[in-house]
Amino acid sequence: MTSTEPSKNRSLPIVENFTRRAAVKGAFATLGAGAFVAAISPLRQAAKNTTAAEFMQQHYTELSPEQKADVIARLEAETKEKYGADVTIADDRPIPGTKFVYAINLSVCNGNGKCVEACHKENNHDRATNQSYIRVLEMPKGTMDMEQGSTTYSGAVPKDDKFYLPVQCQQCDEPPCVDVCPVKATWKEEDGIVVVDYNWCIGCRYCEAACPYHARRFNWKEPEVPTKEINPDQSYLSNRVRPVGVVEKCTYCLHRTRRGKLPACLEACPTGARVFGNILDKDSNIRWILENKRVYILKEELGTKPAFFYYFD
Amino acid sequence: MPRVANLFFAGVVCLTASMFLVAVWQSGTRANLQNTRDDRAQVAQQSGVGLQPAKDADRKPEADATKYPVIIRKPSGPPRIELGGTDPQGRTGSVACSTCHSVRKPNLENKTAATLDEFHQGMTFNHGTIACYACHNPGDSDALRLADGSTVTYENVMTLCSQCHSKQAESFAHGAHGGMNGHWDLSRGPQMKNNCIDCHDPHAPSYPKMIVGFKPKDRFNEPSIDDHDHEGAASHDEH
Repeated sequence: MTSTEPSKNRSLPIVENFTRRAAVKGAFATLGAGAFVAAISPLRQAAKNTTAAEFMQQHYTELSPEQKADVIARLEAETKEKYGADVTIADDRPIPGTKFVYAINLSVCNGNGKCVEACHKENNHDRATNQSYIRVLEMPKGTMDMEQGSTTYSGAVPKDDKFYLPVQCQQCDEPPCVDVCPVKATWKEEDGIVVVDYNWCIGCRYCEAACPYHARRFNWKEPEVPTKEINPDQSYLSNRVRPVGVVEKCTYCLHRTRRGKLPACLEACPTGARVFGNILDKDSNIRWILENKRVYILKEELGTKPAFFYYFD
Repeated sequence: MPRVANLFFAGVVCLTASMFLVAVWQSGTRANLQNTRDDRAQVAQQSGVGLQPAKDADRKPEADATKYPVIIRKPSGPPRIELGGTDPQGRTGSVACSTCHSVRKPNLENKTAATLDEFHQGMTFNHGTIACYACHNPGDSDALRLADGSTVTYENVMTLCSQCHSKQAESFAHGAHGGMNGHWDLSRGPQMKNNCIDCHDPHAPSYPKMIVGFKPKDRFNEPSIDDHDHEGAASHDEH
């Protein structure tokens, strides 16, 4: 100090050099720092709900097997912490050579809603809202326009002048919901199932708006599920308990179907209206139905190419 | 004074950097980072193969092995009639159909319960206009009979039903009627199916009405406001 600045007043440099320029600089620096702190302050809030590991997690398709194992271990621990349930979160991948399709026999569906309930329980939906991926529409006879349906019917079913149209995700081959996602948090897998990475979803709800079948659901609040009612048999892309603020949808119960089992809604159906299978298997039930029954798809004119069929017999 | 501004700026930069480092360190310790992590991530990405669940290893061998069966539930056997009275020991009992019917002459003409003078009178019958002995066997009351007169057991009741309801039988054989449980993929597990009389009462076979229990409470289920809008829209269309 002394050697570089000879022969000057020995008072403090701040007092000595307190020019207008310096004051302005200082003021702006303070302002800038304040703005920076304000800008990152949401992160402090986020840190309460989100661990750093969760925040730094990559997209599902870019995770290495080790990272996936860590993510799953973390999610299992979080479920244990929040819901007190010991769950197993698997990472079920598509079975090579399968393309899942669903068919519903509208001649026998009587709108009893057991599928809705089964979905609610199987997929760890929020208990307070009775959330479910399935909506059963009571339809006036003579139309397939699902906008004319009503979901508020009650009492004894079926009613004589109505038929019943269960609607859930149609797993479209041209899914508009996937097209609109700004962050690619939803995509179509090789077996035809459209999935969501709940940890990548930003909750913008574009997909919900884009879906012509009203098949997507938004988690307005943290799902409340009693410990005893948690379905411990979970999968990362499927029925693990979802975080608040993300969109979710029917996955054809991929945690069951990718292990060869039938979807929960199908097993619950007391009328036997639901049929599920692999359309690539020539001998499958579903192939026989598509070849031999009068088959309809919903909103065909939109060109979404659903993997979900309705038939009459 | 410039030095203070610079120091302040440096401080902010250091703070940011340290926050970033802490975040990375935390994720690193959680994830138990390895040197090869990036390489593996790339490999996984290219091949599209993720972590296989543990069950995969178990099920691979079975996939090539024999197929599991489709198990169709069967009735347990001929019906038994519960007796109203009790024996001296206080036990209730049940008897076979043949207990009475072997000593009574069959009335091959009878079609409804209303024309019976005793027994089976409360029974509802709504199955076309067929006679009792179209399906029941006058020669052996503990079995049924087919249209050609041959005997068929109660366990194989589906053979009997399929004589007339061949369309349903065909649909059933292809999974399009009657529902199922278990596995869609028979190389991984069996499938269970109902038989006709699990759902249909043979004497009044139309499927019963049901009561809707469970309803989601979403915006599509909000009461009446929506209906009101539709009415308004409809009246606008008329004008």
